[in-house]
Amino acid sequence: MTTVIKAPGEKAAEQSGKAGRTGERDKKRSEGVVLNVFSHGFLVLWAIMIVLPLIWLALGAFKTDAQIGGSALSWPANWHFDAFGRAWEKGIGGYFANTFIVLVFSVPLTMLFGSMAAYVLARYPFTGNRIIYYFFVSGAMFPVFLALVPLFFMVKRFDMLNTYQGLILVYIAYSMPFTVFFMHSFFRTLPTAIYEAAVIDGASDTRIFFQVMLPMAKPGLISVGIFNVLGQWNQYILPAVLMQPQTSGEPERYMLTQGLVQLQYQMGYETDLPVLFAGATIAIIPMLAVYLSFQRQIQAGLTSATLK
Amino acid sequence: MSHVAQGRRKGGFIASFLIAPLALYLTFVIWPYVQTFGYSFTNWTGQSPTFDFVGLENYSALLEDEVFRGALWHNLLLVVFVPVITILLALFFAFMVNAGGRGGAGGVQGVGGSRVYKIVYFFPQVLSLAILAVLFGAIYRSDEGGLLNGFLTKMGLISPEHPVEWLNEPNFVLWCLLFVVVWHGVGFYLVLFSAAMQSVPKDIYEAALLDGAGRAQTFFRVTLPLLWDSVQTSAVYLGIAAMDMFVLVSTMTSGQFGGGPDHHSEVMSTVLMRNFLYFGKSGYACAMGVVMLVLTMILSLITLRATRRERIEF
Repeated sequence: MTTVIKAPGEKAAEQSGKAGRTGERDKKRSEGVVLNVFSHGFLVLWAIMIVLPLIWLALGAFKTDAQIGGSALSWPANWHFDAFGRAWEKGIGGYFANTFIVLVFSVPLTMLFGSMAAYVLARYPFTGNRIIYYFFVSGAMFPVFLALVPLFFMVKRFDMLNTYQGLILVYIAYSMPFTVFFMHSFFRTLPTAIYEAAVIDGASDTRIFFQVMLPMAKPGLISVGIFNVLGQWNQYILPAVLMQPQTSGEPERYMLTQGLVQLQYQMGYETDLPVLFAGATIAIIPMLAVYLSFQRQIQAGLTSATLK
Repeated sequence: MSHVAQGRRKGGFIASFLIAPLALYLTFVIWPYVQTFGYSFTNWTGQSPTFDFVGLENYSALLEDEVFRGALWHNLLLVVFVPVITILLALFFAFMVNAGGRGGAGGVQGVGGSRVYKIVYFFPQVLSLAILAVLFGAIYRSDEGGLLNGFLTKMGLISPEHPVEWLNEPNFVLWCLLFVVVWHGVGFYLVLFSAAMQSVPKDIYEAALLDGAGRAQTFFRVTLPLLWDSVQTSAVYLGIAAMDMFVLVSTMTSGQFGGGPDHHSEVMSTVLMRNFLYFGKSGYACAMGVVMLVLTMILSLITLRATRRERIEF
């Protein structure tokens, strides 16, 4: 069973706590002010340490190469978007597209397969149920690269190195532990009465899953979906091993993360650092957008996934 | 629910729902893990299809591999420092955000703008490690163009002629990488601990306050014990992450798959990848994988044992 901590509840709890005793208040208040300055100081410091480097990086895209090499604290002299254009042409555009193509298939399929397995494991008692469940979940314990060597040859045997479909299948497989774990606890909380009502209405198990259970699990699906988008978008090791051109004639199907690292090497030689900074900024912006629009679900999802 | 009557039909349904996820998972996750064990006893190069069984030769070679032993030592340092520093900072910030506010609210009110802090602190978590590598590569630049050197020069702490070569300095490189991991992780664990703190019933805090407990006492006697489960889980996860480190080391430090200067930032995963993709010693690389897996499991067990406390229900 999961205890989902919901944001609206926090407010009510805080207010009930406010009904304090007036006697001790003054003493507590003066102590509170001191602590407030103290705690705010550290909190602000760390916030600056997070925000400042990112702003600095974005500003770098508007500097000249000489400026970047000269002094870190110089103010941009080149307020044009030409570095972004060059970064896009250097391949960031293509890497972006590659990542997008893979995710368009891998995320929905991850959600579908993960939910199917989790649903059956959560709601149908059968022999081997627990074993299969732990089998799925245990995958989260092991670092990915322990399996890298055989995985490379496994994908090679299917002739799917440096192909989208190969990476899609691998992404789905490696997202199973988290997805099954999360959706499992979600499906368990859905009431049995609804299932029974659907059975009486004559719906088949498959139909109940797709038309009743899946829609009911929507909040959970959204949370897991976001985590899968972030996780697969940010994946580096798997594409680094599986998405290398195998012959010189093959096209580069680098993912965005790979492409960025590639750009880092390349720009070191070509001394066009604004391009690198622009490339990194291009890679950050979608993440920032996704994060800011879904941060409520991300934080709530994280909470319910980890605090069982 | 009775399943006996429709047992067979149900069996078909269960199988049809499990077959695709299981097949994918077994093929690409479980089977490669299992194969790693098998290959670790061979002298397989990865290029040729033939190989011989060599028993424990790879493992005994590992014991004598200076580079691997150094990498192992670095991983152990990281496994100790990454969880400790990250968790302490996250706990500190979580307590500040949730209970650092003005008194009168039973000592459980957050500071103003606590939501904003949670949003900002968590952001590094959604950035890919590749972005971190580019970002911190620029911050740690070895000339005045690096953010860190730029600041230090500005403050007059270092002379512009001799900036610090952060990532090329054997004594600094590992700590520079450690900072990146902490910077990346604190927000995640802050949110995690915050949620745990908020799930603690307020009357426990009120009771502590009535008994005359101060803020520090409240934290150590009430909050921390109630959070212990989360702290424990976090320690295990951070430990596993500290065993990995591949992306950061391989992209930020010098050398084939990183590890430089002169193996001072080498971790086991980079040695493994170099042996696999560069030296063509796949069997040997698999043996490293097995050692890492075993170490990870041992460390997880130790962490769980060492931090075991009586579980407090509330």
